[in-house]
Amino acid sequence: MLESFEPIGPLENKWKKHLFDLALVAPQNRDKHKVIVVGTGLAGASLCATLGEAGYKVSSFCFQDSPRRAHSIAAQGGINATKNYQNDGDSVWRLFYDTIKGGDFRARESSVYRLAELSNNIIDQAVAQGVPFAREYSGYLANRSFGGTQVSRTFYARGQTGQQLLLGAYSAMSRQVDAGKVTHHSRAEMLDLIMVGDKARGIVVRDLVSGKLSTHLADCVVLCTGGYSNAYYLSTNAKGCNTSAIWRAYKQGAYFANPSFTQIHPTCIPPTGENQSKLTLMSESLRNDGRIWAPKHIKDCEKNPKDIKEEDRDYFLERMYPAFANLVPRDVASRAVKHICDEGRGVGVKIHGKRLGIYLDFNKVINDIGLSKVEEKYGNLFEMYERITNEDPYAVPMKIYPAPHYSMGGLWVDYNLMTTLDGLFAGGEANFSDHGANRLGASALMQGLADGYFILPQTIANYLARNSFDEINEDHVEVKQALDSVKHRINQLMHAPQAQFSPEYFHQRLGKVLWEACGMSRERAQLEQAIVDISVLKEEFWQKIKVTGVDQDLNQTLERAGRVADFIELGILMCKDALNREESCGAHARVEHLSEAGGARRNDEDFSYAAAWEYLKEEFKLHKEHLNFEFIKPTVRNYK
Amino acid sequence: MNFTLHIWRQKSLDCAGDFVTYQVDNIDADTSFLEMLDYLNEQLITQGEDAIVFDYDCREGICGACSLVINGYPHGEKSATTTCQLYMREYKDQRELWVEPWRANSFPVIKDLTVDRSAFDSIIQSGGYISLHTGSAPEANNILIEKHASDEAFNAAACIGCGACVVVCPNASATLFVAAKVSHLALLPQGDIESKDRAKRMIGKMEDEGFGSCSNHRHCERVCPKGVSLQNITRMNKILG
Repeated sequence: MLESFEPIGPLENKWKKHLFDLALVAPQNRDKHKVIVVGTGLAGASLCATLGEAGYKVSSFCFQDSPRRAHSIAAQGGINATKNYQNDGDSVWRLFYDTIKGGDFRARESSVYRLAELSNNIIDQAVAQGVPFAREYSGYLANRSFGGTQVSRTFYARGQTGQQLLLGAYSAMSRQVDAGKVTHHSRAEMLDLIMVGDKARGIVVRDLVSGKLSTHLADCVVLCTGGYSNAYYLSTNAKGCNTSAIWRAYKQGAYFANPSFTQIHPTCIPPTGENQSKLTLMSESLRNDGRIWAPKHIKDCEKNPKDIKEEDRDYFLERMYPAFANLVPRDVASRAVKHICDEGRGVGVKIHGKRLGIYLDFNKVINDIGLSKVEEKYGNLFEMYERITNEDPYAVPMKIYPAPHYSMGGLWVDYNLMTTLDGLFAGGEANFSDHGANRLGASALMQGLADGYFILPQTIANYLARNSFDEINEDHVEVKQALDSVKHRINQLMHAPQAQFSPEYFHQRLGKVLWEACGMSRERAQLEQAIVDISVLKEEFWQKIKVTGVDQDLNQTLERAGRVADFIELGILMCKDALNREESCGAHARVEHLSEAGGARRNDEDFSYAAAWEYLKEEFKLHKEHLNFEFIKPTVRNYK
Repeated sequence: MNFTLHIWRQKSLDCAGDFVTYQVDNIDADTSFLEMLDYLNEQLITQGEDAIVFDYDCREGICGACSLVINGYPHGEKSATTTCQLYMREYKDQRELWVEPWRANSFPVIKDLTVDRSAFDSIIQSGGYISLHTGSAPEANNILIEKHASDEAFNAAACIGCGACVVVCPNASATLFVAAKVSHLALLPQGDIESKDRAKRMIGKMEDEGFGSCSNHRHCERVCPKGVSLQNITRMNKILG
């Protein structure tokens, strides 16, 4: 049984009561505690800033050359909060409800309610830090409706909300570095977790410049290392995003929850060729005004879209989902787009015999509100599209196709955001919480910052106050063992018996298998085959991985090899989890469990749980956190 | 498309570097510059050679990790573009391309095309923030900000910290980088209060880190991939009085 330590009582009081019940560390004792934070995106940087402010000693690590480059920076659309500035009926309860429903009833009620509750304070923090959110002429903050919600609760900074929020958190963190509270290490990658007895007490780090390994010890460790969409090789994530920190933790005993819950975002720029290294997201906000369509007839697919008559266009989301139309949730939109392209009605370049794209058309809105208004709203996104594709979206409709974008799965955490390992916490996308089987737009930034600014600082203090910590140093046997095992693994990567193929080669092969079997729709036989295929790939990887150069040096090939090795193992678990979940829910669509109209058939009787997987020497053991819906009755998600 | 690449290879800061010539063939016009380097690196790994090191991450023009001076231009000739969003269709087929790292004393070369830009972090740490106690903040709409000022602040805050402004400057000055942050915060009422002190500390730190001073060459604005304006420097100079 997994114990989530949710407080009992009315939903509105749970977090307040819990805050009071949490133990505190007195101000004069805080600098006696050291906390390691791995990853300095929104969750990590905001946590470093808050812990530093409180007076703890913090050591932070990121693989990038500066915390300002974490992939949170690329989030475009916005961040939700229940301020109800627009007086359109928003409330904490409504955001809570929308998030639970959007996640298709696969998230924990108490955690989601807390998230909704904290959303307002995040906006206050960000504004006070100088985040330049969009404003109205009156000087008040502006809002927009975003990604399938019926209220305008999204705060945004043009199409660069993630950048501005990250720079806000980075500046607050930088202030603590200056104050000597936070010691930050850039170009430093965590390669393993150090367990001493039954407590997480440190990490093994590779200095990416010199290649030197070192151990870092503390009273507890927090992983804010982001998501694992790069398991698919092509995704909207930055090239460096990886699963290694959480996968290492998993192999040390932390449970990994809902690994198959990955979100495929509908509005990305379609791939154009074989050398493609990543896919670029176009903000979901474009769906507010853009109309999605495909040619009705396959014969029109090669035509210039301007030459396709209005009556020969299929505005399929408006046709299939009249109430929500182009604003249906991401999974619904993605599957519909895939369905159209599978029918042969896709547009754009043919890759492997298929055209992977449909149109996102702004012609109507340009006519309705005028070019200048459209420019003000979407100018930078349109520029970005044109820069990448060499096509002008003011004149020609955009082409879009779904791409892996976000992983709802991650390390299982309790209400305190602690994993199943004592002293190991996980925040932001690295944990599994809050988004259930599908994340709503503008809620990732919210969750990362809620974890970092408000939840983890309190629950970490509680952990520090309630535990005693033995003095340990680098000579401790378990610390040495961890270091030795990392050395051994690097050695294996550098000297495979029949070194032949680069990390990219294996990564691309893995991506192909996962995209086909564990992407937008999943099916038993295909998943079973994928597990076999990936297991074979794993064997082959360790025999044939080729890393050139030396390990005591800046060696990006070695960095990638280690990350790909972990993605391969994770890929197997993703498929296992997808196979286990004999239902369709949220972004997880099992072909066997779709209605004839393509709707997801959830199975609450058997699968109303978070699947938390334990690592047991090449075996995966399933533990279940049963989800109790005390306050919201699970309903069928219907966007018709 | 086919290209002849002369790429700067340097084992480490202490070793001398030099251009090494490589040929890449059959590149699709829609391949990005960095994808072309990936493709070349795959060939090098196959041949058993150490891959060329270069910084990259988001590959969508926002993280600021990528750099490269291409035929003398930081981020290549195309204006308002980072190297990761530079596509080979911008170049004529068969063209020779000279690829170098950022060159400035305050950005020492680490290896090949990668440099150390931690001096930028140090400058931000010296004052590039509002000295607010993290965790306490007033209700957001209690701070009203004139829309124009807010938009201007955003324009300044759009800086991605890539360092192209330093590299193109004959003085290797980081004034545009500093001014962008000073301006961003000074334009907002909640940040204006500390602006003079902030500007002094950040400029002081910039000089300590070995960057030169601004003498109005104005190349920085031209190469900035985010179009950060020189007006920010004027604004900072006014603040400094």
